[in-house]
Amino acid sequence: MHSLWPLALVVLKELVRRKDFYVLFVLTALLSVLMGSVNFFNTAQIARYLKEICLALIWISSLVIAITTTARQIPAERENRTIFPLLAKPVSRGQVLMGKFLGCWLACGLCLLVFYAFFGVLSIGRSAENNWLLLGQALLLHWAMLGILVAMTLLGSVVFAAPSSNGTICFIVSVGILLLGRHLNKVALQLAEPAQSIIYAVYFAIPHFEIFDVRDLVIHHVGLVPAGPVALAVLYAAAYVAVFLLAARLVFRRQALN
Amino acid sequence: MRTAALLLVFLLVLCFTLAAALVPAFDLPARGRRPTDSAAAVLLGEGRRMFANHFFTKADVYMHSGYYPTIFDGARLHATTQLADHGGAESREGFLGEPRDWLDRFGRNFYISRHTHLGDGAAAGQKGPGLERELLPWLRLSASLDPQRVETYTVAAYWLRTHLGKVDEAESFLREGWRENPESCEILFELGRLTAEQRKDDARARNLFEAALRKWERHEAPTAEPDLTLKQRMLGNLARLEERAGRFDRAIAHLEALKRISPAAAMLEVQIEELRRKQKP
Repeated sequence: MHSLWPLALVVLKELVRRKDFYVLFVLTALLSVLMGSVNFFNTAQIARYLKEICLALIWISSLVIAITTTARQIPAERENRTIFPLLAKPVSRGQVLMGKFLGCWLACGLCLLVFYAFFGVLSIGRSAENNWLLLGQALLLHWAMLGILVAMTLLGSVVFAAPSSNGTICFIVSVGILLLGRHLNKVALQLAEPAQSIIYAVYFAIPHFEIFDVRDLVIHHVGLVPAGPVALAVLYAAAYVAVFLLAARLVFRRQALN
Repeated sequence: MRTAALLLVFLLVLCFTLAAALVPAFDLPARGRRPTDSAAAVLLGEGRRMFANHFFTKADVYMHSGYYPTIFDGARLHATTQLADHGGAESREGFLGEPRDWLDRFGRNFYISRHTHLGDGAAAGQKGPGLERELLPWLRLSASLDPQRVETYTVAAYWLRTHLGKVDEAESFLREGWRENPESCEILFELGRLTAEQRKDDARARNLFEAALRKWERHEAPTAEPDLTLKQRMLGNLARLEERAGRFDRAIAHLEALKRISPAAAMLEVQIEELRRKQKP
C-alpha cells in the first residue's frame, strides 16, 4: 500500500495544479447563483429548481473531471517517457495502475466534497427543508459511481491510443448509461429474439451508473435510502472497479511501452 | 477549378431560391406571432416550443414529487390534464408495475417509486401548504419560451391565486398572457374566476365571463372538436353570478344553454325549476 500513496499523491497534486476543477467549480457556482437570483412572482424560498440545476451541474462537472483526469494519466507518462524511471523503481505495472486509480478517485472525492459543500450552503440559504443524511448518501453513492468511471477510463487509457478518443468514448458511454441504463430491460422486452436476449445481456453486463444517481430523492425531499441497499450499491461499485482494474492490468501487463 | 466555381454558384443560387421560397411560408408575423425581444426566443427559433413543453412537463413532474413516467414506460400519468384541471382523480397510480428483474427491484431503492403529490406532506413529512411555489419557476420559464402556450398562464395563475395567496401576481401574469394571446377565451375565463373568487367583484367577473364566451363562440365553436367543457364552466359561472345578482331570467337563460351541452341535463332542469319558483313572486 505504501508504494501506492506516492503515485496517488502525484495525481492529487496535479489536480490542484491544473485549472480544470477551478473553472468547472466557478462555472457551477456562477450559474447556480445566477439562477438563484431570479425572482419568480415575488415568491421567496423556491428551492427545488435551484437544487436541480446545481446538482445537474455538479454531475456534469464530476464526469468531466473524472474522465479528463484519468484519461491522461498513462498516456502522459508514456509521452513524457516518465513511465520508464517510474517502472525502474520497485513498483509493478499493476501497482502503477492501482496508484493512478487511487489518486484519481481521491481527487474526484475531494472535488465532490467542495461541490457538495457549495450545494449545502446554497440549500441552507434557500430553504429550511434539508436532509443532510440524504445529502451524505448522495455524496457517497456519487463517489462510488465515480470509482467505476475512473476504473473504466483507466482501462480505456491502456486500450485506446489517444486520451481524447478515450475521453470521448467514456463520456458517451457514461452519459448513455445514465440516461438509458434503467430502461434497457423495458426496451428489450419489446423486441423479438435474438435482439431481446442481446439487449437483456447488455442490460445485466453494463455498470448501472444511474443506480448511484439519487438527485431526485434530494430534490423532492424523499426519505433516506435504507442502509442495506446503499451498502449493496457500494459493493456493486467495488465489484465493477475490480473487474475494470483487473482487465486494465491484464492489458497493460503485456503492452509495449514505447 | 471552373467546375468547382460553377458548383459554388449553383449552390448559392439554390440557397437563395430556397430562402426566397421558404421565408414567406414561415413568416412569423403572418402567423400571428409578435416580434420578440427575448434572446432565448431568437436563438432557439421554433425549437423553443420544445423546451417550453419540457419545462411545463417539469412543473408536472414536481407536482407529482418526481414520480413520473418516462417515454419508456409507455403510459402518461395524465398529470398534464390534472394540472390544467386543477385537481382531479389519479389515473395511473402504479405505472412502474411489478419489478421485471432483481436489478429493477434493487434500482427502485434509488429513485422515486412511490406516488405522492406536492404538498401532500407524505413525501418526507414536510409541511404541505405553499409547496406549490416550487412549480412556478418552470411555468415562468415555459411562458418565456412559448408565450403562445395559453395553458401555462392559466395553470400558474390558478396555483398563485388559490394556494399561494398571490392574487396580484396571478392577475398580472394572466394579463401578460392576454397581451400575448388576445383571442384566448381560456385566459379571459381564468381572469373572470380570479375576479369573482378572489376580488369578489361580480360585475367585472360577469363582463369577463361574457367576453370569454364571445371569444369561445367566435374561435372555438367553429372547430371540429370544440372544448365544450370550457363552455359549460363559463355558462355555469355566469348562471351563478346572475343568480347572486337576482337576475333570475338571465341565470335561467344561461342554464338553458348549459343544459343543451351538459351530460347532467336532469340536474340542471331541477335548478332551472328552482330559479323559476324564485322568480315568480
